[in-house]
Amino acid sequence: MARIKDAREAAMVGRRSDGTLTRRPLSPHLQVYDMMQMTSLLSILHRISGVAWCGGLVLLVWWLVAAGTGQSAFATAQWVFGSFLGWVVLFGLTVAAWYHTLAGIRHLFWDAGHGFAMDAAYRSGRLVVIGTAVLTILTWLLVLV
Amino acid sequence: MAEDSASIRSLRSPLGRARGMGSAKGGTHHWWMQRVTSMALLPLSIWLIFSLTRLMGADYVVVLEWISNTFNAVLLLAFLTAAFHHAAAGLQVVIEDYVRGELKRFAAICAVNGLAVLLWLAASLSVLRIAL
Repeated sequence: MARIKDAREAAMVGRRSDGTLTRRPLSPHLQVYDMMQMTSLLSILHRISGVAWCGGLVLLVWWLVAAGTGQSAFATAQWVFGSFLGWVVLFGLTVAAWYHTLAGIRHLFWDAGHGFAMDAAYRSGRLVVIGTAVLTILTWLLVLV
Repeated sequence: MAEDSASIRSLRSPLGRARGMGSAKGGTHHWWMQRVTSMALLPLSIWLIFSLTRLMGADYVVVLEWISNTFNAVLLLAFLTAAFHHAAAGLQVVIEDYVRGELKRFAAICAVNGLAVLLWLAASLSVLRIAL
């Protein structure tokens, strides 16, 4: 048997009837699930949007540091954020930010023990998706008006 | 007798069980702080997103004025503090889920937390420099 490299693999070790060690078969996991169900998809998106928010935080730091550094540094930052690519990134971050915020509220309700029933989970999931779209459009209307 | 057999079922000391700190000695602190910071971030992010919509493409002087406003500066510092705590805590969980190997995982968590502290300090210093 190959050497164990991770402590969690210890749980996968069994003994044959003759007493020798063997690695237990790993049951198929991720691939047996339909990842495109709303419940699992929204869960995955919550993590992805959270990581995207981290990228957005780095951009916010850059913007603030540029503002604190001086006019030319700030002009560079404003030019990048005002470029086409800048707008695309900021629009994506807006979607991620609102989605993570609303899905986060959904998670807080779950943490408090509410909304676990299948129909409630689907209903809150739909609300989060619709809310993200509405708030993203509202945010960009405020930018453009 | 019933008492004895019940206590033998667990290898943890009664004090250890009462403290509920688990093997990581942290208990639910990491998880709990993520919820607490998320509740703080709820109003703060809504305020920040709507504030930034009005600063898109704004002049340097306008942005400096906005940041140096005491109300905005305080909320910005509060947002940065809660956001970097929440982000580092969240990224740590992602790393714990996907990075295999004790050393690699430990190094990645240290790097993420260290970077979060540095970025938080840099952003906070800039806000203070403008506001003061």
